[in-house]
Amino acid sequence: MAIAHSNSRKSKATLSQRHRLQSWFSQHVDCFFSSFQQLLHTPLASLMTVAVLGIALALPASLYLLLENVQQVSQDWDSTAQISLFLKPKISSDQAKILADTLYQRQEIKSIRLISQDEALNEYKTLSGFSDALKVMENNPLPAVLVIQPTESISPDANQALYDSVSKLPEVETAQFDMRWLNRLYAMMEIAKRGILVLAGLFASGVLLIIGNTIRLTIYNRREEIEVVKLLGATDVFIRRPFLYSGFWYGFLGGIMAWLVVNLSFWWLQTPVRQLATLYHSQFELIMLDIFAGMVLLIGGAFLGIVGALLAVGRHLKEIQPR
Amino acid sequence: MITFTEVTKRYPSGYEALKKVNFHVKRGEMVFLTGHSGAGKTTLLRLISMIERQTGGQIVVNGQTLSRITNTQIPYLRRNVGMIFQEHRLLFDRTVFDNVALPLVIAGFRPPEIQRRVRAALDKVGLLQKERSYPITLSGGQQQRVGIARAVVNKPPILLADEPTGNLDPALSKEIMKLFIEFNQVGVTVLIASHALSLIKSLGYRTLILQQGELIGDTYPST
Repeated sequence: MAIAHSNSRKSKATLSQRHRLQSWFSQHVDCFFSSFQQLLHTPLASLMTVAVLGIALALPASLYLLLENVQQVSQDWDSTAQISLFLKPKISSDQAKILADTLYQRQEIKSIRLISQDEALNEYKTLSGFSDALKVMENNPLPAVLVIQPTESISPDANQALYDSVSKLPEVETAQFDMRWLNRLYAMMEIAKRGILVLAGLFASGVLLIIGNTIRLTIYNRREEIEVVKLLGATDVFIRRPFLYSGFWYGFLGGIMAWLVVNLSFWWLQTPVRQLATLYHSQFELIMLDIFAGMVLLIGGAFLGIVGALLAVGRHLKEIQPR
Repeated sequence: MITFTEVTKRYPSGYEALKKVNFHVKRGEMVFLTGHSGAGKTTLLRLISMIERQTGGQIVVNGQTLSRITNTQIPYLRRNVGMIFQEHRLLFDRTVFDNVALPLVIAGFRPPEIQRRVRAALDKVGLLQKERSYPITLSGGQQQRVGIARAVVNKPPILLADEPTGNLDPALSKEIMKLFIEFNQVGVTVLIASHALSLIKSLGYRTLILQQGELIGDTYPST
């Protein structure tokens, strides 16, 4: 009898726990939808807030996308990076050939081309238009040149290391790294990347402040309601919940707005960019925000919304005490 | 059910709203609290519902010593105390039904249970046909009855009313008081602050009299 009694009490307890979980869940679902409806009550004001948030999020996002595109373009250029070795005049063409063969054994080198002194002279004659002037000279003043094409997969650092090692070879007079400016571009892009991060941080705090301020105004507009539900026994968690969901919606919709703004503007740029690429015989296509980046934008927006609302709610709900 | 021992409420300005008040209200009792405005009636009710805390003495409500209740526990205490205000304090952007349902939503009841209880409470105050109306379309007496339905809907053991008939004519006031008597008859402890002396007298219940923060009278009806 006693066992049966305690059993029934136990099942009652788990039942009420389940009940509590269910009602907690249904309260969240209610809040989720009702806070969205709340935004629809003031469509114009909500739209303005969402637009401001969208622009604030779109700026760093489009800068990021721009940088991605620049990186994409520069990767194509990377394969054209070459090192030209100008050999000392006393090196014979046989010695040059042997040097070329030895260098070709190295893994970092994809291909190597020898331009002998004679070839260089012929090329110069046909291309420069100074052929008559060269006739005056007794000896061929041009050095033999080894043109090295590094393997595509190696990094700018490895390129630099390759350049350093080959320029120190005894047969080499001078070495020229044609794509040194590429390294400079990489360095500049690194700076731009950090700049964009700083900017993104600033805009994120801007979003926090905008959402915080919007929520603060909502709290004051609903002051009477907050006081009444406090008198009816509402916990702070209960009172806070709809405001957090409002923050979520602002941030999430702002994220969607930003995604639209970024993709529309890049879509608008696509045709002229393609035309330009064709002129350069390039297959380059503008990168748009992919699904992952889009998710980051939406989730990031929603997260900022919730945090902004938390900041506002934490400060202002305490101030409102029932009269 | 409600015990005040040497309770004092002094505001930071130095004004003493209540001075060493002692009384005890038994479970299931119905008591009126009267006195001129400014005598401390409202303050006394606010101490019971923990809108304010006393600065001296001890208050025990429903077996709980209020000075030991932390701020996070206050909401749970308030769910056991139904409150009725002179100015009703209804939410005007919600229907009568949603207003009355509020305490149940706060306490986490499920929709079918909410529906059942709200209907029962509205039926009790005679406003079941008004459940879809907005409070603004109701008369003062009807609004007060909505307020009462909201206070009793989750069946609290204690009801506090602050000038519930303040804005109503004598006939309506009597109806409202009759409602309180009915709740008291099913075991609810009721404490009503009011200065409608003749009405109180005609009803024949225990009356506490406050004057300038002091309890100067505790009269039982002569049987």
